[in-house]
Amino acid sequence: MATESKVHVKKIGKATVLFKSPARITLLIAGIFFILALVENLTGATDITSPGTSGATLRFAIPLLMAGLGGLWAERAGVINIGLEGMMIVGTWTAAWFGYLHGPLMGFVAAAIFGLASGFFHAILTVKIGIDQAVSGLAINLIAAGGARYLSGVFFPPVGGDRTVSPPVDSFPTFTIPVIAPILESIDAQNIFFISNLAGILHGLTKDVSLVTIALLLLVPLTSWILWRSKFGLRMRFSGENPMAAESLGINVYRIRYVAVSISGMLASLGGAYLALVASSVYREGQTAGRGFIGLATVIFGNWKPSGVFAGSILFGFTDALRVRQTESVMSLIMVAGVVALLLSLLYSINRRWKPGLISGSIALVAWWIHQRVDVIPQEFVTVFPNFATLIVLTFLAQRLTPPAMAGMPYRRGSE
Amino acid sequence: MKKDRIFWGTVAPLAAVASSLLLVSIILILRGANPLEIFQVMISYGFDPRNLVSELNQTVSYYLAGVAAAIGFKMLLFNIGIDGQYRMGAFFGAVVGAAVSLPPVLHVLLIVITAMLAGGLWAAIAGYLKVRRGVSEVISNIMLNFIAAAIIAFLLGEDLLGILPEGSQNVQTKPIPLSGQMPTFKMFNGEVYSFLFVAIFVGIAYWIMLNKTVFGFNLRATGLSFRAARSSGVNAPGMIFITTVLSGAIAGLVGLGTLLSDTHSYSMAFPSGFAFTGLSLALLGRNHPIGIFFAAFLWSFLERAAPVLEYEGVPPEIVIVMQGTIVLSIVIAYEVVARINLRQQQHAVGKANADLVKESK
Repeated sequence: MATESKVHVKKIGKATVLFKSPARITLLIAGIFFILALVENLTGATDITSPGTSGATLRFAIPLLMAGLGGLWAERAGVINIGLEGMMIVGTWTAAWFGYLHGPLMGFVAAAIFGLASGFFHAILTVKIGIDQAVSGLAINLIAAGGARYLSGVFFPPVGGDRTVSPPVDSFPTFTIPVIAPILESIDAQNIFFISNLAGILHGLTKDVSLVTIALLLLVPLTSWILWRSKFGLRMRFSGENPMAAESLGINVYRIRYVAVSISGMLASLGGAYLALVASSVYREGQTAGRGFIGLATVIFGNWKPSGVFAGSILFGFTDALRVRQTESVMSLIMVAGVVALLLSLLYSINRRWKPGLISGSIALVAWWIHQRVDVIPQEFVTVFPNFATLIVLTFLAQRLTPPAMAGMPYRRGSE
Repeated sequence: MKKDRIFWGTVAPLAAVASSLLLVSIILILRGANPLEIFQVMISYGFDPRNLVSELNQTVSYYLAGVAAAIGFKMLLFNIGIDGQYRMGAFFGAVVGAAVSLPPVLHVLLIVITAMLAGGLWAAIAGYLKVRRGVSEVISNIMLNFIAAAIIAFLLGEDLLGILPEGSQNVQTKPIPLSGQMPTFKMFNGEVYSFLFVAIFVGIAYWIMLNKTVFGFNLRATGLSFRAARSSGVNAPGMIFITTVLSGAIAGLVGLGTLLSDTHSYSMAFPSGFAFTGLSLALLGRNHPIGIFFAAFLWSFLERAAPVLEYEGVPPEIVIVMQGTIVLSIVIAYEVVARINLRQQQHAVGKANADLVKESK
């Protein structure tokens, strides 16, 4: 995991320095695409770099991204938000209902407002009253799930819906970027190694895009900017790292946390709205399917950084897309992991860092073994890949992670 | 002082239930229904003898989940992994129980021990991560719950440990033979699981362990102050690990009442969501074995009586909202009471100090 703190880079050594500058990040991304292309050509799996997959990846990734950013906002200010799942449910329901009544745009607006309110509720409970943050979050999950089911039973049947399904909602118009998309499509059709694969991926990203997708994606750099370039972001991080010191410098920690947690609720709710209005065009019970928790996982996976959350949600969205579209391709993904692990192990060995080299070497071996022995990865395991990956990261990289020091700790003004 | 504690310990949960009733009443009035009438229907339906039996059986499961959570709470551990631990326990209990043939009592005993082991070992992962890696047990347990569900869904595959009985859609484990089943006994013309006695035993053992043993003392001490316990010679990290495993072992028992006395096999139809229920019950029952029992009964009562709301034109899911608000109210009530107590203490100390200053003058 590339970290941004200088101290870390020194400690980890040359292997990580490689991933620092923008040029090298570009190189890294190109490398990943190269491996994907290589694997696709070697294994004959057709769906890894197809436009369909990259489009689906984006659709699956956005809700995770929004939940993840929501978790990030709250945790950076020092409040753990386990209620993300419930807040996403708030988003799916309100988006569908108000979308049905007043059109999809109002659906989004309503989801934002109600999401803000649900986040504010979590803030009152945890910041003002000071109850356990996990209890509050879990109770919000329960109340939101029960409330959505109750309200569905009351509102949907009279207007042609079901007790668990809303009436269909107009979804957002999508558009295909002119000129670029057709060019990419024709390149994709040429079947040139790597270039066509890359074009296939980009074609999927430029075809049938929704404005909402782009708007929500922009929240990643925006969050980054707020956290590291704005006064509010500095204060927010301060509140998460050391609220007492922040308070002693005149920062109103309570107010910062109120704002941050409310926005957290809004972001998660927008993720839910995306599920209801863009990824589908209906509210369905259980639509969020634990995505709030996976969002929580991307925060850890992404080491509490917007870019990391983005990378995590793309990765998890990608596995999700492959699972839905073509289960066999998941096997190729294991090969990708194997190749990456092998390269890492070589890199570590060159740098004479034997222990991590050995670990990644054995991961490569395991990947190779699975690839040889197992025909199809069971669907169940692919579904929980994000959870598993997060657990692995926590187990082996816990010392490298840099969570906000006081996230999850109750803070009362004037007490230690 | 003790009287005060008992007073607040009873008043706070009752106030929480009352405020939740109030909220639900408002929702019902908005729906155009008469809340009093509806509560009456729920009560008369819920206390019907036939329903009481199934409530009692459900209470057994909930009670065990509540005790599992309470053990964790005593250590300030938030065992949200009860869901996964319970699944692991019930599943492996069912698999092992179906695979062996033993004399009656031994067979049941083996299943119970297997379930506790499976639950405990699954919890041990979170315990290890907490103690050795500093990973918050909340996060690791949430992930472990999902993973447990996936592992079991995979193992239940037809060519692995699952079978598909004729005329059924649900894959399940092989049925446990008669020697491994637990009898039911008659009460109110219904069949009550004899696993009830195991639950009672667990409740008593929990109370004795906590209040009458050195281990329980160390456990509470570590929960109150990790550092103080450690400096007085308690192996505090070890205590955290053991408590996690113990909590998981009890959680492994949650599904056994149903398994041993009713279904005799594990299937995907086994309910989920025990984690939050367990935590709620421990909070509502103040981690006390008797308090948890009443809380567990209240929960099963609400769930059993919910479907009757349908006839009144009210979606029964309002019960879930009710449970959620009960939990929130109770936690808020404790927090507020704690703050009032703190303020009183501070006043008392301040007054004593002022008196001292006066005397010395």
